[in-house]
Amino acid sequence: MGGDIIGAAINPYSRQSPEAFIQTGISAIDACTSLVRGQKLPIFSASGLPHNDIALQIARQAKLVGSDDDFVVVFCAMGITAEEYNFFVHDLERTGALENAALFVNLADDPAVERLITPRLALTAAEYLAFEHDYHVLVIYTDMTNYCESLRQIGAAREEVPGRRGYPGYMYTDLAMLYERAGLVKGKKGSITQFPILTMPGDDITHPIPDLSGYITEGQIVISRELHQKGIYPPINVLPSLSRLMNAGIGPGKTREDHKSVSDQLYAAYAQGRELRGLVAIVGEDALNERDLQLLKFADIFEDQFLRQSRDEDRSIEEGTLDLAWNLLSNIDTKYLVRLDQKWIDKYHPTEKKN
Amino acid sequence: MSKENGLIYRISGPVVTAVGISPRMYEVVRVGDEGLMGEVIELHGDQSVIQVYEETSGVKPGEPVIRTGQTLSVQLGPGLLTQIYDGIQRPLPKLEKSMGVFITRGVDADGLDLERKWDFEPKVSVGDSVDSGQVIGIVQETETIEHRVMIPPSIKGIVKKIESGSFNIKETICELEDGTEISMMQEWPVRHPRPFSQKYAPDVPLITGQRILDFLFPLAKGGTAGIPGPFGSGKTVTQQQLAKWSDAEIVVYIGCGERGNEMTEVLDEFPHLIDPNTNKPLMNRTVMIANTSNMPVAAREASVYTGVTIAEYFRDMGYNVALMADSTSRWAEAMREISSRLEEMPGEEGYPAYLSSRLAEFYERAGRVRTLAGDDGSVSVIGAVSPPGGDISEPVSQGTLRIVKVFWGLDAGLARQRHFPAISWLSSYSLYPQSLDQWYRDNIAQDFPDLRTEISTLLQVEAELQEIVQLVGSDALPIDQQLTLEVARMIREFFLQQNAFHDVDTFSDLKLQYEMAKAILTFQAEAKKAIAGGALLEDVVNIPARTDLMRGRFEKGYQEKINQMISEMSKQISESLEVN
Repeated sequence: MGGDIIGAAINPYSRQSPEAFIQTGISAIDACTSLVRGQKLPIFSASGLPHNDIALQIARQAKLVGSDDDFVVVFCAMGITAEEYNFFVHDLERTGALENAALFVNLADDPAVERLITPRLALTAAEYLAFEHDYHVLVIYTDMTNYCESLRQIGAAREEVPGRRGYPGYMYTDLAMLYERAGLVKGKKGSITQFPILTMPGDDITHPIPDLSGYITEGQIVISRELHQKGIYPPINVLPSLSRLMNAGIGPGKTREDHKSVSDQLYAAYAQGRELRGLVAIVGEDALNERDLQLLKFADIFEDQFLRQSRDEDRSIEEGTLDLAWNLLSNIDTKYLVRLDQKWIDKYHPTEKKN
Repeated sequence: MSKENGLIYRISGPVVTAVGISPRMYEVVRVGDEGLMGEVIELHGDQSVIQVYEETSGVKPGEPVIRTGQTLSVQLGPGLLTQIYDGIQRPLPKLEKSMGVFITRGVDADGLDLERKWDFEPKVSVGDSVDSGQVIGIVQETETIEHRVMIPPSIKGIVKKIESGSFNIKETICELEDGTEISMMQEWPVRHPRPFSQKYAPDVPLITGQRILDFLFPLAKGGTAGIPGPFGSGKTVTQQQLAKWSDAEIVVYIGCGERGNEMTEVLDEFPHLIDPNTNKPLMNRTVMIANTSNMPVAAREASVYTGVTIAEYFRDMGYNVALMADSTSRWAEAMREISSRLEEMPGEEGYPAYLSSRLAEFYERAGRVRTLAGDDGSVSVIGAVSPPGGDISEPVSQGTLRIVKVFWGLDAGLARQRHFPAISWLSSYSLYPQSLDQWYRDNIAQDFPDLRTEISTLLQVEAELQEIVQLVGSDALPIDQQLTLEVARMIREFFLQQNAFHDVDTFSDLKLQYEMAKAILTFQAEAKKAIAGGALLEDVVNIPARTDLMRGRFEKGYQEKINQMISEMSKQISESLEVN
């Protein structure tokens, strides 16, 4: 059977809302930017950061809680080096994932125009697996930045009027035609979840490539150089990270009833703690009041114990991630934890719960 | 009109050039063997430039182009409500039936169901003189909305015959002396504003139930608002909250070039949501237009006009309509894409030079008006803007800000702290309070505007104090300024933050907003007194009643309890004074 690789748009009315939580085993993602089946959630990284390790860890560990359905992986490489390619294949082979994977590869020295076709081939295959054969497909593509460079190169060769930074004016539409091929449709069992990886030129999140992607995808996972240099893996900066479909995928019956409150509280406390670091650098810790001191300390604990985990550590959402979060939050007085409903404190707080 | 045929000469994406026909500007034509719908947007002698509303891959030069003689129009009549359309008013459920889950092309679908029978109840009798826009009868379109059937603009006369009973929208229900036959359906070209007799000054607020919007930066019925913000700052959630809770009678929601999954969420969620004013499903008052980012770009350009024309039609019946466009940047990008295919001279950042006049034309279709029939109706327009990198110095944001009267500026920093709605209280503004204050005084409380001033002053003062705190720490401030910081924190966390996904917190009526603001200011006044009397700041701030008050907004029945909570708080503060 053959297929047109351009791909027709899914009728918005025929889509099904994505709401099945995918446990990745990575606390930062599961608790703060939860992934759901049918989502497109890119990794915004930069050169020199371990985005490939994170993508592979997700590919390896991703599963639905309480379900045996496994993912098949469609891997699409665009303009990556032979070395990176070997790294991926070797890892997929080592873990046995290669048996459930289809690879579409365009290496750095392959023609640029071919790079524009590679993701379309991969997505057409993914659609075939998902909507004809009921598979849950995880599409990983790397690196979208190379794809966009090719788009610009071909645009220039066609003598088109350039848009921002020389990228073609239709780049938004072009990217949308790839990213929007994620999702679930009514009456079909399969699904397509996308994990595009892109490296932000100059770590700049406002660069047209991450910017336009962010406007199409349902959130982003941002990798931070600062955390990486502190030796924390995975160096995910949860503050600018976001999952737009998170609320549909968490809560009672999906993860746990307190998930939303805990996640909000983690964000708020960590954001304030990080802000205080700037202040402490100027005036020292003595100028802080008790609340601020606790928040400052929490930011360190959060990075060291919550974010940090090893490359093969697969944490379950309840015991591994949410309970850990409660343990860490108990370092802060409950009166400062205003994002938590009292009933969750009564039920889950390690020292103040009422049984 | 002769229906001459032409041939395709050149194709570039959605832009097709045809020769051999001489259509009028903005005429709709059928392109290619598959009869794709297109619209003439430029004429050069015998060459016609056409933007095509469907995907053009596989179309080739030499295929036919056929004139239709009509301009791009929408069908208006009973059956609009609860519908979900694409950018050119094709109902998406019908498209699913004829093409399956993927949108293919060359399929035509009427915007309204032409067969369905509606119960028409006449409001005029034989011999009455009727004028343009006059209501001649009503149809109960949904449980909550009656559809008022009007005489189309520029028609008037004396009723010769009027029907009553069950009819479809094509059947004649009224005949005038001069032989004009009137049915329940009208057609109207989308690029022309519908006529009205007079525009009013906006002096009634559009109540949204969102505290920061209603209390600090209100929008008037018939007003215009822009919501610019970087991705992830909550534009779409804000728009959806407005669509759900604003007290307009009709809501038109345009998803323009946005995400498919998000649109699905709206489509799934709305039918289950209950309108707090009528206790009936919100869908009953809603028309949706969904043109996601990967659907054809020319239809995205048209979707905004389709939406606003439908909104104006309901306005003409005397309804208050709220129109949400998410996002106008995608609409502007569609213009840019087509403009660059036309090889027009680009303006700023590649956008066409006519961008700002197109934006102005669109927003000017908002307003509170006296309709042709003499009723009051309004269209309020709320446009989301997605500036690249969140930098609002770009042309679409700037073009929008020059026109709109309300600016709800979303802030990435607030979004990162999960302060939602992430609307910045420092950069946002509304030019309506002046004209709305009287309404607030008459309907909520005499001192409502004063409370607003006090709250926003406190927030301004906090911003200044924060700069000092950044340098020296909060402990270095005098105690009254430390109290100000605490009060401002209370405003931010208790009042401005609002959880859209929480059953109770998602909507606050104006009375409750007033009480909450009052509670904060009571706290401030009592705390000041206590501290002046020698109480410690720490004791005053940490009284349990204050925490109860702040957490209480998530509980049902909060509104009834709030006054009691306020007095409990005052009591505890005076107790803290006695301890010392």
